[in-house]
Amino acid sequence: MAAHLKKRVYEEFSKVVQQQEELTTKKLRLTKPSKSAALHIDLCKATSPADALQYLLQFARKPVEAESVEGVARILLEHYYKENDASVRLKIASLLGLLSKTSGFSPDCIMDDAINILQNENDREHLTDTSHGVRNKCLQLLGNLGSLEKSVTKDAEGLAVRDVQKIIGDYFSDQDPRVRTAAIKAMLQLHERGLKLHQTIYNQACKLLSDDYEQVRSAAVQLIWVVSQLYPESIVPIPSSNEEIRLVDDAFGKICHMVSDGSWMVRVQAAKLLGSMEQVSSHFLEQTLDKKLMSDLRRKRTAHERAKELYSSGEFSSGRKWGDDAPKEEVDTGAVNLIESGACGAFVHGLEDEMYEVRIAAVEALCMLARSSPAFAEKCLDFLVDMFNDEIEEVRLQSIHTMRKISNNITLREDQLDTVLGVLEDSSRDIREALHELLCCTNVSTKEGIHLALVELLKNLAKYPTDRDSIWKCLKFLGSRHPTLVLPLVPELLSTHPFFDTAEPDMDDPAYIAVLVLIFNAAKTCPTMPALFSDHTFRHYAYLRDSLSHLVPALRLPGRKLVSSVPSIMLHEDPSQQFLQQSLERVCGLQHLDPQGTQELLELTIRDLQRLGELQSELAGVADFSATYLQCQLLLIKALQEKLWNVAAPLYLKQSDLASAAAKQIMEETYKMEFMYSGVEHKQVVIVHHMRLQAKALHLIVTARTTRGVDSLFGMCEKFLQEVDFFQRCFIADLPHLQDSFVDKLLDLMPRLMTSKPSEVVKILQTMLRQSTFLHLPLPEQIHKASATIIEPAGESDNPLRFTSGLVVALDVDATLEHVQDPQSTVKVQVLYPDGQAQIIHPKPADFRNPGPGRHRLITQVYLSHTAWTEPCQVEVRLLLAYNTTARIPKSPWVEGGELSSQVETSIEGTIPFSKPVKVYILPKPARR
Amino acid sequence: MPEIRVTPLGAGQDVGRSCILVSIAGKNVMLDCGMHMGFNDDRRFPDFSYITQNGRLTDFLDCVIISHFHLDHCGALPYFSEMVGYDGPIYMTPPTQAICPILLEDYRKIAVDKKGEANFFTSQMIKDCMKKVVAVHLHQTVQVDDELEIKAYYAGHVLGAAMFQIKVGSESVVYTGDYNMTPDRHLGAAWIDRCRPNLLITESTYATTIRDSKRCRERDFLKKVHETVERGGKVLIPVFALGRAQELCILLETFWERMNLKAPIYFSTGLTEKANHYYKLFITWTNQKIRKTFVQRNMFEFKHIKAFDRAFADNPGPMVVFATPGMLHAGQSLQIFRKWAGYEKNMVIMPGYCVQGTVGHKILSGQRKLEMEGRQLEVKMQVEYMSFSAHADAKGIMQLIGQAEPEHVLLVHGEAKKMEFLKQKIEQEFRVSCYMPANGETVTLPTSPSIPVGISLGLLKRETAQGLLPDAKKPRLLQGTLIMKDSNFRLVSSEQALKELGLAEHQLRFTCRVHLHDARKEQETVMRVYNHLKSILKDRCVQHLPDGSVTVESILIQAAAHSEDPGTKVLLVSWTYQDEELGSYLTSLLKKGLPQAPS
Repeated sequence: MAAHLKKRVYEEFSKVVQQQEELTTKKLRLTKPSKSAALHIDLCKATSPADALQYLLQFARKPVEAESVEGVARILLEHYYKENDASVRLKIASLLGLLSKTSGFSPDCIMDDAINILQNENDREHLTDTSHGVRNKCLQLLGNLGSLEKSVTKDAEGLAVRDVQKIIGDYFSDQDPRVRTAAIKAMLQLHERGLKLHQTIYNQACKLLSDDYEQVRSAAVQLIWVVSQLYPESIVPIPSSNEEIRLVDDAFGKICHMVSDGSWMVRVQAAKLLGSMEQVSSHFLEQTLDKKLMSDLRRKRTAHERAKELYSSGEFSSGRKWGDDAPKEEVDTGAVNLIESGACGAFVHGLEDEMYEVRIAAVEALCMLARSSPAFAEKCLDFLVDMFNDEIEEVRLQSIHTMRKISNNITLREDQLDTVLGVLEDSSRDIREALHELLCCTNVSTKEGIHLALVELLKNLAKYPTDRDSIWKCLKFLGSRHPTLVLPLVPELLSTHPFFDTAEPDMDDPAYIAVLVLIFNAAKTCPTMPALFSDHTFRHYAYLRDSLSHLVPALRLPGRKLVSSVPSIMLHEDPSQQFLQQSLERVCGLQHLDPQGTQELLELTIRDLQRLGELQSELAGVADFSATYLQCQLLLIKALQEKLWNVAAPLYLKQSDLASAAAKQIMEETYKMEFMYSGVEHKQVVIVHHMRLQAKALHLIVTARTTRGVDSLFGMCEKFLQEVDFFQRCFIADLPHLQDSFVDKLLDLMPRLMTSKPSEVVKILQTMLRQSTFLHLPLPEQIHKASATIIEPAGESDNPLRFTSGLVVALDVDATLEHVQDPQSTVKVQVLYPDGQAQIIHPKPADFRNPGPGRHRLITQVYLSHTAWTEPCQVEVRLLLAYNTTARIPKSPWVEGGELSSQVETSIEGTIPFSKPVKVYILPKPARR
Repeated sequence: MPEIRVTPLGAGQDVGRSCILVSIAGKNVMLDCGMHMGFNDDRRFPDFSYITQNGRLTDFLDCVIISHFHLDHCGALPYFSEMVGYDGPIYMTPPTQAICPILLEDYRKIAVDKKGEANFFTSQMIKDCMKKVVAVHLHQTVQVDDELEIKAYYAGHVLGAAMFQIKVGSESVVYTGDYNMTPDRHLGAAWIDRCRPNLLITESTYATTIRDSKRCRERDFLKKVHETVERGGKVLIPVFALGRAQELCILLETFWERMNLKAPIYFSTGLTEKANHYYKLFITWTNQKIRKTFVQRNMFEFKHIKAFDRAFADNPGPMVVFATPGMLHAGQSLQIFRKWAGYEKNMVIMPGYCVQGTVGHKILSGQRKLEMEGRQLEVKMQVEYMSFSAHADAKGIMQLIGQAEPEHVLLVHGEAKKMEFLKQKIEQEFRVSCYMPANGETVTLPTSPSIPVGISLGLLKRETAQGLLPDAKKPRLLQGTLIMKDSNFRLVSSEQALKELGLAEHQLRFTCRVHLHDARKEQETVMRVYNHLKSILKDRCVQHLPDGSVTVESILIQAAAHSEDPGTKVLLVSWTYQDEELGSYLTSLLKKGLPQAPS
């Protein structure tokens, strides 16, 4: 009866709530209590465990607001206490765990209850539940709640502290592997939540390393790693001897051992974790690369050692003989340890592993360790170089990147360089480009090395002419890093002769340019070098300095006037920066000028900025951004300044066309400003939105003047006012900065506008637009314009791509993207057919690679299809940047991969083309019967 | 006493002629049936008369298992099954089953046609023999008969090589055959789960070797070939038709692909074409890379490698040729060698071991002038040696032992001296006993097989309901009745046992008298006993019944005055057999007497 009454109460309550909902749609807060109430009703109604389970499941699908979590948790706890069925308890426990993770909810308030009910009495019991599922969830819950429990039990009950870690630790030896895994995971959870784990766990975890189940071993490896990071310096004894070592070293050895585990998941895990153990002593670290070779019990040297020896004895690249690797001294049989005492050869095994996932993990780990230890970097070089020959491209690429990252710490030996350069002939462009980047920052020890590198790069250039830019860039750095090594090579490279004049090489030959790039960059810091140049070299220098200024530095050449003096070189960056500033300041005080002067000044400034952007790549982003903004401003002024506004509309049809076109263009430009530049800050976004609002107002005015009938106008006015409202809500904090602007004035008149007729609104807007002042655009720190270049298809082919109509043909698209944020979701490919049909293709996330910061590479396939044509025709392929103005709804942890997120992903509001279109010649043929 | 007996007929402290007899729980299994490369007389085959002097082998062997297709593991099979006589099942993996007859036929041809041996097995015998083969897939458990089951694990080494677990009841033996713990360009690494067999029989070819990383060798090899081809030279690689040849082909093929090279690669025809065909078929047995690439294309469908024609040898320009046989002792490889040997630009790469006396061995040991068919041949071409071997090294063997966790280890397929070292190491590191029998020597291992007993669900539930979960550290007492019926053991509750056997239950009650010196009245004594027990047995149910008796759970305690001595009271304690534990505890407690009443 009581339950029934309660139900009634809640029912009535929820009815009221609904009414409120209808009345005030904006004030959502009032509806919140309904959530917990509804749940309570459901649970009370539930007659069988199955029903209750259903309700709980339904409940779990909906998100819970932070404010109502407390109520929900209380209700859940109550039911947990009453419930007899294990599955329902299981669900409640897991729900509680999830709830406690809800952001913005402090678990303190329900903690007392939770502890009383779960920890002290029931949980104890349920941890011993027969179903592994219940035990699993309870351990998870413990992991989530653990630390608080500890303090509260102390206070509340005064009992001996029942340590949550100990409770969890007991389940490390549970009979069910799933529970063991859950126990370790709960422990890790505790650690993540900031609880300091006891060192005693270390020994328990070590035992779990030899568990029969891979999930357990994998989790145990993690746990050991965590403990080793917590107590790196404490001392642990080595079993079966009296020695003691640091815990981190011991853990390192144990994890190394797991690199040769039977399960590859564990191996990946172990290899990954090794990389982050930087406190390990160098002695152990170096062991990982050492695998004591022997043959017939005699010590053998590794190929690496032999190569080093050959090199140091000056016998490089001698032919190999049979028995060259003949074993040397005898090995003491007692001293050989076949089971790695820890670290021995862990990386040797990891890099040789069957699964490429393990190999990649091992390479990554090598990279991280080598960055923290130069000595280790030197040692692991040989192994990394070996990985350049891996059968899987990903692994090769990864090892090249790794090498680049550690290249500050190392100098390549000539034989190593030889192997590295061998990879230049790889047919994969990714690999070659990665290698060029590596060579950019490599230290070479000898002039032969430089020569070898140059020769190989030229070979590469001859084989793959498309690599031109990348190779030139590579040689630029190679030259500027090694001026002294290049110096003795100059006569040979330029093929000058002391007595004879040699033929002048072809200036357009990419190979010759490559050589010159190397030499000029070396000459920058080597003043004696220009003396070796012949006349035509100087001429070529002048030419290249102009045409390839980003590759050829300014040189101080003797007796040459065209070369600017040193101070000007040093200050080279500044004038353009200054120029930019001056240009922008010029337009700053604009409003005081007459319209004619304003226009001219704006045009001038825009032109200046655009030129500056072309000349100075570093400033291109800022210049373009400002230019675009000024362009918008200019368009607006132009559209408004005409006297036409005083005359009746029908007479000035042409003018209104112009104005509406301007409005449209401003809209487009503002979208570009908002979404095409990376590094745009909030204050710029406000200004951009403001400009857009002005454009919308302009659009409204123009339409109002050209259309008849009040109905449509009414709707438009309504919409515009909503936009203004939206603007106000979004940027309320920034309004003080917008003094005297359009929106500032608009908001003052807002109450009047709300009640006025459309025609009046238009009039007010018109005057306000004309009176509003020019807002100065503050420049962001770093701003880059997103750009894209389609490398493939090149659009040069005259042979049409033939395919049968109705079927598809795959077109390979290869493009580089610069400064695009999150390209996976924004970049699309558009195909335009001659009949005007347009098709937008969403590339797969895996098609994007990230070769460097701010750069992306899109390599994908686009499927074309069409009905039969009689003649080949060109389709246009271009890249689009999709944008979405509505800010993303932050996901709550409560909704685990819910349906909400997918909707957000797919909504695209508009697109901006940001690459030059490429034409592809295709011919769909009619199908033969 | 149950035991496992192992007798190597071949490969005991020796390499070649692998053939090991295993008796496990009354089942006899023969592992491998190989020939010996070093002998041409009777010693080349195992001595099957050891199994039985007369009569057919079928009666003595339950099954034969072949680990892989190398002749030293399967070469004696037709002789054994057709000439000696065996009709039972022969187990091998599908790739082995496919490739084995090709090699046997080749072996037969050389022995009969070339060497002119009589009394050798015929082609028909090979066919008949292969008809007895049953294919076993990886991780498939095959029930040979009701008790004996076998299971195959991946072994690397060559295509289709497998390790076998032989299991009878709870006793098991793992035989590794030849295996490789490091993956190569076409095969993965051997893997076994933690099956904890009683005995692990492992090969030990490289018992005393720890090998360098394979990458260096591969890199060297590729670099050598690349350099030679680039300067316009020809490269000759003498190989045996199967195994390493495919690895090197894949290696070169991918390298050509990667580096966009154009020089032709040829593979001498014949046997190898057939073999390549099987490599194409059995993609699932290869390594990760080839399996993954298979979605796009089969890596054994070589793009750059073409069939060799004799006339190509004289073509100008660079080329790479794989030719058989591997030791340059005859055939095509020798012919090509003769043509190319005189030019410095050319190169020959020997990818394997060469027997003394062959041309291969001579040039490897540095000889530059060869006498061939009466003519002097000066070797100007470069000679390189690269070892590509596919056996596990000492570390690999240890790793496998670590993975399988056997109780005992037995070493075969290796040299005695090297085994000695490994044996010592295994015993030292794993603390398991290790054996290395010679041929014909028998090793006997006592086993203690566990006997499975089925427990009735009712009993189990009743037990778990009573208390905590089973804990590995604390033994627990469980009462029930063991019923043994037709070699079938069952543990049931006593009620059920009685019911099943149709017996009436007998009550067994123990009664004990305890004398207490207590001058007080009986009721008071009972009260004292009650209070005493109540204070001690807190967690049990102690009751004082109105008829003057005390019960502790189901145990009854009554007091009566002694008939002769009124100062002594007699406590009668009575309990059933089931409560024996508590009952005996109570009597001992009461015998100690009651605490002095506070008077």
